[in-house]
Parts: sequence; C-alpha cells; structure tokens
Amino acid sequence: MNLTKEKKSMSTASSSVGWKAGDVVPDQFPAGLRVLVVDDEPTWLMVLEKMLRNCLYEVTKCNRAETALSLLRENKNGYDIVISDVHMPEMDGFELLEHIGLEMDVPVIMMSADGEKNVVMKGVIRGACDYLIKPVGMEALKNIWQHVVRKKRNVWKHLEQSGSVEEGDRQQKQSEDVDHSSSANAGNRRNSKKRKDEEEDAEERDDTSTLKKPRVVWSVELHQQFVAAVNQLGIDKAVPKKILELMNVPGLTRENVASHLQKYRLYLRRSSGVSQHQNNLNSGFITPQEATYGPLSSLNGLDLQTLAATGQLPAQSLATLQAAGIGRSVVKSRIPMPIVDQRNLFSFEFPKLRIGDGQQQQLSTGKPMNLLHGIPTTLEPKQLANLHHSAQSLGSMNMQVNAHGSQGGQNNSSLMQISQSQSRGQTLNEATGNHVPTLLPSSMAQPILSNPVVGGVLARNGLTENGRGTEYNLVSQSSSMLNFPLNSAAELSNNSFPLGTSPGISSLTSKGVPQEEVSSEIKGSVGFMPSYDIFSDLNQHKSHDWELHNVGMTFNASQQNNSLQSNLDIGPSVLSHQGFSSSRRTGQNSNISAVGKPMFTAGDASERVNAQDVGHFNTFFADNSVRVKSEIVSDANCQINIFPEQFGQEDLMSTLLKQQQQGHIASAENEFDFDGYPLDNMPV
Amino acid sequence: MERNQLHRLVALSRQPLFDQGFLDEQFLQLEELQDDANPNFVEEVVTLYYRDSARLILNIEQALERNPLDFNKLDILMHQFKGSSSSIGAKKVKAECTFFRENCRAGNGEGCIRTFQQLKKEYATLRKKLEAYFQLTRQVGPAETACRPK
Repeated sequence: MNLTKEKKSMSTASSSVGWKAGDVVPDQFPAGLRVLVVDDEPTWLMVLEKMLRNCLYEVTKCNRAETALSLLRENKNGYDIVISDVHMPEMDGFELLEHIGLEMDVPVIMMSADGEKNVVMKGVIRGACDYLIKPVGMEALKNIWQHVVRKKRNVWKHLEQSGSVEEGDRQQKQSEDVDHSSSANAGNRRNSKKRKDEEEDAEERDDTSTLKKPRVVWSVELHQQFVAAVNQLGIDKAVPKKILELMNVPGLTRENVASHLQKYRLYLRRSSGVSQHQNNLNSGFITPQEATYGPLSSLNGLDLQTLAATGQLPAQSLATLQAAGIGRSVVKSRIPMPIVDQRNLFSFEFPKLRIGDGQQQQLSTGKPMNLLHGIPTTLEPKQLANLHHSAQSLGSMNMQVNAHGSQGGQNNSSLMQISQSQSRGQTLNEATGNHVPTLLPSSMAQPILSNPVVGGVLARNGLTENGRGTEYNLVSQSSSMLNFPLNSAAELSNNSFPLGTSPGISSLTSKGVPQEEVSSEIKGSVGFMPSYDIFSDLNQHKSHDWELHNVGMTFNASQQNNSLQSNLDIGPSVLSHQGFSSSRRTGQNSNISAVGKPMFTAGDASERVNAQDVGHFNTFFADNSVRVKSEIVSDANCQINIFPEQFGQEDLMSTLLKQQQQGHIASAENEFDFDGYPLDNMPV
Repeated sequence: MERNQLHRLVALSRQPLFDQGFLDEQFLQLEELQDDANPNFVEEVVTLYYRDSARLILNIEQALERNPLDFNKLDILMHQFKGSSSSIGAKKVKAECTFFRENCRAGNGEGCIRTFQQLKKEYATLRKKLEAYFQLTRQVGPAETACRPK
C-alpha cells in the first residue's frame, strides 16, 4: 500500500536525515507522529482527532490557540507538527502560526472551511507549510508527515557539506513546490516522495562521487582551477571549451563549466556594480568599526582569508573582496542580501556563510554551524583559516547553487561578514542603517568555518539529536521566509517561503510574518552569533540543535531573498533576532545583544524589514528566550549564514579576494589545514 | 425484524439522504472512521454537532435582532456555523450558509433573514432524518451500517 511504501521510504529518509538517534522510530514513521490539533469547533476537533488517530498519529487536541501555544512552550520538542484552524476567537490561527514560527519552528498546517485565495495566501506567506480546506480528507492527513520530514531534511541538507547543497536545494525546492500544491494529491505525493528519494540518494553520495553524478560540486579547488583558467584566458575570452581544456578535470563537462561560468560572470557583474554603493556605505561604517575593532582589522583580513581558505567563498569572491579592501568597506555596502531565490539563496548560502565562531549571530546554514562547533575558539588564526576555507567553499557553493549568480552576491556578503565578524557587535549598534554590513562580516566568518567542519560536525551531531526534529521545524518553510530547514522541507521547510522575489520580500516585510520564519531559522544561528570566544566554550554541545536551526534559518532566509537587497534586509532582522535570542539564551556578552539590536534597525528602510517587524522581533526575543532553542548556544552554529549572504557577499568576497591577492589567505591556508580541523577539534 | 431485512432497511434509508443532497462525502468519512474502538462514532459526532450548533444558531438569531444589522459579525458567525456543519457533511445546511453569507456581503438584511429561516428548516429536517437513521442503525449494529452509496 502506499502508506507502507511511504513509511519505508520514510524510514530511509529518516535514517538519512539522522533521525536514528531521535525519539521517532524510523521504521514506524509516520506512525507515532505527534500532532497538535487546534480548532475551536468541537465537532471538527472530534472528527480530526479520530482521523489523526486512525493515521496512527499521537494526537493532542485543544480548542484554543492560547492553550496550544502554552502546550508548545512547555514542551518545545513535544510535537512534530501542528494543525490549526484559521478562524478562532481571540487568538486566531495566523497569530498562532506566527508565534510558533518565532518560538519553536514546528511545521504548521493551516486549516479552514474558508478557501478564499487571499486567506490561503496569508497562511502561505506567514509560513504555514500547508493549507487544508475543510472538510479535510483522510488522504490529506495521511500525508502531513511529509512536512516534518521536509523540514528536517532542509536543515540536514544545509548542514551537510558540499555538493549536496545544490541537490538539496533543488530538490528541496521541488519538494516544497510539490508539497504546497498537493496536500491531498496522491500524484504529487508520489512525486515529492520520489524527489525525496532522489534527495536521499544524492545526499548519501559524498563529494568524491560528484563526478559520477550528473551534478558537479564546485569545490574550492575546482573553483580555483576554474578561476585560474578564466584569468589565464581573460574574462572576455574565456569560453567554456577552453576553460575546460585548461582545467583538465576528468569528468567535468563543458556544460558544467558553462553554467558555472555564467554564474561567475553574474557574480562579477554584481560585485562591480555594488562596489560603488559599498564605498558609500563603507565610509559610514568603517569609522565605528575601526574604532571598535582596531585590533580586529587584521582579523578582518584574515577572516576573509579564512573564509577563502575554508573554501566557502569562491576564490574569486575572495579576490574581489580583498581587492575591495579588507572586508570593511566591502561589507558595509551590501547589507541587504539579494534575494535571488528564496530557496536557493538560503540553501547554499548558509552553509557557506558559516563563519563559525559565533562571530556573529548571523544565521548560518546548518553546515557552517557544524563547523563551528568543533572549532575551538581560542584558535583565532585557525579560525580564520577555517573561515577562509569556509568562505571559499561557501563561495564555490554559492556559485554552484546560485543559478542566477546571486551566489556572487551571496558570497560577498558572507565574505563581508567574515571580515566584519569582529566588529559585529559594536558595529551593529552603530550602523543602524548599515547594520547589515557589520553583521555580515561576522556572519561570514562563521559560515566559513563551519563549512569544512560541517561535514564533520554533522557526523558527530548526527542530526539525530533532535530526534524528532521538532527543533528544526522551521515554521512552514515553506517557503516563507525562513523555515528552519532542518526540520522539514520546509521547507521549511519550508514551504512557507514567500514565492519569488517579491513575494518573498514582501512576505518578509509584511506583517513581519516572514521574519518570523526567518527568526525561526535564525534561532539556530543565534548560538553562533556570540563572539568567537563564546563559541568555543559552547561548542559541541547543543550544536546539533543549533546547526539545524541555523540551517533552517539560512535556508529560509536565502529563499526569501530574491535579490541582494532583500536578502540583506532579512539578514539584519534575522541577525538581530538571533543575536538577541542568543544573548538571552546563553547569557552571553553584550555583543550578542548588541548585534541583535543593530540588526533590527539595520534593516534597510527600503528593505522589507520594516521597523514594525523589527520591533516585533525584538519584543519577541525579549519575551521568548525560548526561541533560542539552542542549547547549543552553539555560537558555533551561529554561522549566520543568512547574513553573510545577505549582506553583500560581493563586498565581502571582494575583500577576501583582496586579501588573497595580498597573500594573506594563502598563508592562512597553509597554516591551517582547515579540512582536518573541524573533526579533530570538535569535541563531541 | 430479520437481520438481513434490517440491513436492507438501513441501506435503503440512508441512500436517500445522499441522493437528496442532505449529506455529502464527509458523512461517509465519518462512517469510515467508525470502528470497533468507536462503534457509535457517527452518532456521537452528529449529537455533538447539534448541541454545539444550537449555540451558534442562537447567536445568529440574536445578531439578526440588532438594528442596524452588523453584517460583519453575522458573516463571522455564519462562517463558524458553516464550518461546523461541514464537519458532519450537512450539505443542504451548508448551501444555506453560503447564501446567507452572500446576503451579508451584499448588505442585504432581508435576504439574511430569509435565508436564515430556510437554513433553520434544513437544519431541523436533517436532524429528524438523522435521528431516525440512527435509531435504525442502533438496532442493526454500527459496523454494518457504513457502506458507500452507489
């Protein structure tokens, strides 16, 4: 039967997403799925409970949104998914959705007899991972587990290093699309399941097998080879065929090179286009930053190097960044991250952005976070190296993933972040308008670190920590803004992501719902935000959660940001949230809070993140320390992928690139073998 | 009466409920949910519905006595009532709810009152029919009553 088949595939999926150690027994999944159903109508509540019980789920029912919220707050990991009616007295379903998205990032399905488009749209935009029209059928309910898995996978994917990012992104996107359109559609279900299977396969394959796979993972080395070939030929004369010949990489096809070249070109275009803007912004920033981070300035440079070294940033990005001057100037300009494609952006950007050490609260995709965990904070140079690497990898990843060259932008932001990592706390405060830039640096640093480590960390954490992955539940994911990828395809998981650039962006700004999603994602990253020192202390522990969270966040954030601009917007707000929450949670230094604050204000006025949203978040954070699930405190996780990308990857990248040119990065790379670092150093 | 005859009677009596549009697929869903663990599930749900919706009907009646009519409030109340009615598959009742809401949106007070009267009629008719049906099924045995109409 279908259900059995699904269950089987689910078991595979669950094992692949690391649920082995979780509470849910993979083989029985989705049986035992813990559902919280909320409906003020007693008849529906009774019917739904019975239907869900028949699906072998564990059902908890309540007739008030407030009750549901307190139940969730009492036990954040207590439920895998929430199904809520829209129209309820006092607190309605959308409000509940927002709260959940901010606080616990569990996937939420909206339900209503009202199937009007604008109401459904509201749900989607606010992060619901699905919207069911009453009367709800059994088929639809039998299918809801996919949202949980999707969210988890999103997070997991982000955490996973390397090439899977690309696949995951694509698949995730596909799944999300599928998921959204078909709650009860058997055909779609099959498709999404198939995609999930594909994803699983893809994820299970490691980097080394990329050559065998149709998709190519543009690793740092590969990208550097590519850049070298392009530079040798001259950017104008660089044609895929010649590049391919120069690179002489077996298994690489001309098509691979062609698409990568396209992305690279877009990235370059973006970097050059931004530089002016950046310069303007920089002036404002530099001063405060420099003042506060005098000693850090060198670090910024190193950051970039590290980023590059870690491979998160494409070599080119680094070069550009370096050329632009140590991150500062670069970073500043681009606060809002381009929101290229909600899903794409985040999925790959975050991993890259892991700046690791909690430099900034920026959201880092799952990957970066992992890296950070293992990385001892004390080793600054190492950190830098890692960052370098991660930056490079991020960069390269960005290239891969970013279909539209947004990667370039993203890379920049990440780079920028890295360089700025140090200054983030303070700069954030100061650069309200320019917050993004400051944030970026730190965030960038984080991602970079994390990337290389991600793989390692993931292994350690096994994502299984969350078991149920409830933590990952990025609200909706859907597409909306920032579903925490970890949990479910959110989808974060993601699905709640706003559609397209404008929707995404608008979703962000509108009512601040999207932000919520982002925040959910950010949650994870909050841990990362703390300064590097803090990070080291925290590492390992809860990193799992953190990573996952961050992953989700980064994913979402990216998704929502279709354009650079928008991305940045999100970033700040997201960052701020994170920063805020992280500070609360970990009781960390004021840096975090400082970071958080600026973030809020940072949001470009023009950007979607409006003051309201920001305020909302601030308040939210103040009230809910719970948000920061991270036990992880994991500053490490803070990779803050979101920010880096948002903020002006280009700037950062150029800064990094400059550094590279100056030879810093090279030395950094030599000094710290990032690859070996994370795993060994990360205490589990 | 013989068991077989009772079964036939049950089948015959429930068919018109569907054919005449009183009930829709949701009712069938309820029947499918009925099992050994909940042998009287359908009846329980319907009972709950009539109990809960009585309150809603009262609220709507009170709102209709206001002057001027608060159409927004009426719309909200009716939306609730419609949702509740959909839980048991009360097809005709739901249709009246839709008409009522249309009148609300059009600001047609007269239309609202008229539709509401019609709605209450359908509501009462369905109740009688279901009560009779359940009496029959109780004699036959719950598990045997669920069967899809052709």
